[in-house]
Amino acid sequence: MPTTQNEGMNASKIVKVENLSKTFGALKAVDNVSFEVYEGEIFGFLGPNGAGKTTTINMLTTLIKPSSGKAEVCGYDVFKHANEVRRSVGVVPQEYTADEDMTGINNILLCADLYGMPRSDSKIHAEELLELVELQDAAKRKVSTYSGGMRRRLELACGLINYPKLLFLDEPTLGLDVQTRTAVWRYIKTLKEDYHMTLFMTTHYLEEADSVCDRIAIIDHGHIIKTGSPEELKESVGGDVIVVSVKESEPDISSDIAQIKLVTSVRKNDSTYRIKAELGEEASPQITDLIRSKGLHVTKVSLTKPTLDEAYLEFTGRSLREEEVDKLQMFRQRVTMRRARS
Amino acid sequence: MDTDKINSANVETPSADSAVEQKQEASPMVKERKFRTPPKPNTSPLHGLWALTNRDLRKWYLNPIQLLISLIQPIIWLALFGKALNFGTFIAGSGATPAQQNAILLSFFGTTSYFSFLACGMLAFIVLFTSAFSGMSVVFDRRFGFLNKALTTPVARGSIVMGKILQSVGRSLVQAAIVLVIAVVLGMDASHFTVLGIVGAFFAIFLMGIGLSALFTMLALRSADWQTQTAIINLINLPLLFASNALFPTKIMPTWLQDIANVNPVSYANDATRQLLIGATNMPNLLVDFSVLIAFAVILSTIGIVLSWRFLSK
Ligand SMILES: Nc1ncnc2c1ncn2[C@@H]1O[C@H](COP(=O)(O)OP(=O)(O)OP(=O)(O)O)[C@@H](O)[C@H]1O
Ligand SMILES: [Mg+2]
Repeated sequence: MPTTQNEGMNASKIVKVENLSKTFGALKAVDNVSFEVYEGEIFGFLGPNGAGKTTTINMLTTLIKPSSGKAEVCGYDVFKHANEVRRSVGVVPQEYTADEDMTGINNILLCADLYGMPRSDSKIHAEELLELVELQDAAKRKVSTYSGGMRRRLELACGLINYPKLLFLDEPTLGLDVQTRTAVWRYIKTLKEDYHMTLFMTTHYLEEADSVCDRIAIIDHGHIIKTGSPEELKESVGGDVIVVSVKESEPDISSDIAQIKLVTSVRKNDSTYRIKAELGEEASPQITDLIRSKGLHVTKVSLTKPTLDEAYLEFTGRSLREEEVDKLQMFRQRVTMRRARS
Repeated sequence: MDTDKINSANVETPSADSAVEQKQEASPMVKERKFRTPPKPNTSPLHGLWALTNRDLRKWYLNPIQLLISLIQPIIWLALFGKALNFGTFIAGSGATPAQQNAILLSFFGTTSYFSFLACGMLAFIVLFTSAFSGMSVVFDRRFGFLNKALTTPVARGSIVMGKILQSVGRSLVQAAIVLVIAVVLGMDASHFTVLGIVGAFFAIFLMGIGLSALFTMLALRSADWQTQTAIINLINLPLLFASNALFPTKIMPTWLQDIANVNPVSYANDATRQLLIGATNMPNLLVDFSVLIAFAVILSTIGIVLSWRFLSK
């Protein structure tokens, strides 16, 4: 519902990125990207391993300096006014950062102190956040006894302690089981709908990005390939797929089907036609009518809507690129995954 | 519905029964879920410094095993060199009269009790080894992500370094106090102790601790690798200890080593504690000792803070 509203003039831009680049030696981890995030939306950053998602977040959260380009977060330049940016945003990083030797509540209070929050407030706020992420019962336990899901929720609570207007989440559901993942998505929706926060997140889980994000940017090799709402991205793959099976394998009526206005492409395989069409629901009766009018018999019809997966694979290609992930990152990812499973 | 929510942003009285409803599985749309008005944060450049210091200190005092282990080494040194291989005994065995012996001891050690001389050296020893691990703790914070978390908050980068330095100095002072008590129990000459002397001696230790832990912390600022850090510690620690007057007086050293020992800040701290605690004579002026130590502490911690601006983030 907010998607259309965001395109209106009244939604202000909380993140403005222009030609932002980051090079590590010879590697262009982020290459000249430009995008915007509107206030109040959930903005998803999708891309394969090593695409440059974390690097972008690190620049926007002032952890690393951009090599070139400009980025404004909450109205402040990330380089010139780093401290103002840090004060206005919350960060839930990809790896676990909580101190394992401390209790959950003490971790949150420590974060509050680092933000300069007065203890009189942070004590109450920490309790509220623990309740939000359903960790009240484990608050006084050492983090080393937490499961992966509990740790992730604790990170989320830490990222909220400074009342941020904008929250960065780097793969908030990495390595979590279905229940915890669902819970995390629920918190994210709550933050948007009840607390009117803006969320900037990266993820690998496409179906969920589809259902949660208002807008998505697909990034690969440091370039943004495509930005738009999940629907727009799906549409750009070329519409719905209709598969029609016909009893008779001859004659070939592909060219007749292609004449139908809504149909964009037809492929015949034995006695099945694989048809791409813009409005599948309207196109399929027209197709079956046409087939019958030629004296043939339809035995089966199926209609599939494109998934974000298809869009994603179409834009980023199908090969894996593990070789590009650097060693420290692999180590951290392994640690994160291992702890997630513990 | 949106304006409604904005208007009620500060209103804060969930009724009891709606709170009960809220418990019953996720209706995240329940209306009183709202942050209170954010308080005004403390934006002084020192905010968070105590929190960071206390984080490390708490871990340390809640884990007494660590404290006990760190005390073993100085106690072994005291027992081995102070009792078993005592220099004083060598001199006593030389056939000189007791008066001559005392004169020799005084000229070497500034005191007639080598054990007391060594006990003061052990105070420096424990500070040196505690400081060395301040760098290690930076490495672990980087490795386990906590450093990145801290860097995304508005806490001053210099406070991250100062926190490491202060926690290390805090431990050093406590451990040095324990070593001093043990040394006295084992026979250290306490006849010269005065309140002012003890305070002064610990001030000297404090200054040395600041300088040393600043040194080790800044060497760890860029590193995520604890093996390298261990190597650095070993590379610096033992020379700093042996090329100082902690174990032996510089007079018995070859001149090249004397030259090093004379610029080694550890020697100045030992000079100061020996004069203040056991009334050692034959030593440079206390004013010189404290000037050197203050300069050492101020210069190294300044360099540490300046480097933290440049090197903590990438
Ligand atoms: N500190 C660094 N030094 C050198 N190269 C780096 C550094 N950080 C990231 N890279 C490289 O930059 C590229 C982008 O990395 P980034 O972490 O942004 O990817 P990502 O999209 O977050 O991937 P993932 O989904 O695996 O988290 C990778 O090729 C990575 O190896
Ligand atoms: Mg990443």
